[in-house]
Amino acid sequence: MSDTLSTAWALAWIRGAQAVLAENRAELNDLDRAIGDGDHGENMDRGFKAVAAKLEAGAEDVQGVLKLVASTLMSTVGGAAGPLYGTAFLRAAKATTGDVDSDGVVALIAGSLEGIVARGKATTGEKTMVDAWTPALGAAQAAVGTGAGPIAVLRAAADAAAAGAEATIPLQATKGRASYLGERSIGHKDPGATSTALILACAADAAEAL
Amino acid sequence: MTVALVIVSHSVKLADGVVELAEQMARDVPLRAAAGTDDGRIGTSFDKVNDAVTELRLAGHDVVILTDLGSATMTVESVLDFLDADEQEHVRFADGPLVEGAVAAAVTAQVGGTLEAVAQAALARELFASG
Ligand SMILES: [Mg+2]
Repeated sequence: MSDTLSTAWALAWIRGAQAVLAENRAELNDLDRAIGDGDHGENMDRGFKAVAAKLEAGAEDVQGVLKLVASTLMSTVGGAAGPLYGTAFLRAAKATTGDVDSDGVVALIAGSLEGIVARGKATTGEKTMVDAWTPALGAAQAAVGTGAGPIAVLRAAADAAAAGAEATIPLQATKGRASYLGERSIGHKDPGATSTALILACAADAAEAL
Repeated sequence: MTVALVIVSHSVKLADGVVELAEQMARDVPLRAAAGTDDGRIGTSFDKVNDAVTELRLAGHDVVILTDLGSATMTVESVLDFLDADEQEHVRFADGPLVEGAVAAAVTAQVGGTLEAVAQAALARELFASG
């Protein structure tokens, strides 16, 4: 088992995410229909299909993959997820160099979260994707603290993101259009937090499959 | 040279309507709609916004951008992040009410307002002044 994650990992991650987002398209649409405009699954599916097509030509390094994801999502997603995930992947690319070790995984997640917070001006507890990325970062940092390798760090982050997404259910949305629903936003899982958990799970799956 | 406006909306119809309304009082102001996704759905497009801004900048205009909703604002802020620092000096995002802001900004541009004056007008602050 290698202690760094290479371009092959990044390519497998994003291709896996494309497949998983396509599979979950209807579920993400349903989650978004409950508290938004019902297009999150469609938007993510379209965006990652466009990414997968562009990645057929391959990429030079991990950062090249992340930058291609960023620019493609920004111009193809259409909804709020485009600039949010676009900025996240761009900052993730800028926060890392070359192959990714345990600290690199933390830097990648920290860069993503920082980008989302800067773009969306959101904080935790507002029922957004920040509520998945924030626990993911905390879990990744904790795993590095115990000496875990990058694959285990990614899995810890993905599991924490999934738990974070579940924990958005009782929250009242106070950011974005869902906030117009007030108390009626309570009882629904946030679609952006859910897609974040799916994408991070794909990152861990791809690392474990290498 | 006249300051130009870019109207960014999720809906092509909405953006075209705002342009139609604003140009009534601002015949000489370049007004561009950058609306909908690249494949014509409801949403906003990084490329459409970037193309509108680039075209107006190449023609020599300073540019003020208005948006309809928060996710359109995030698309605009992404475009602004990608501009060179010296280009950023010539482009402003104004977080005002779309219809009133566009009309106020267009009129201000029509009478020769500077980039700052047009951006300020686009906020349509007097609408929210009390009393
Ligand atoms: Mg939506």
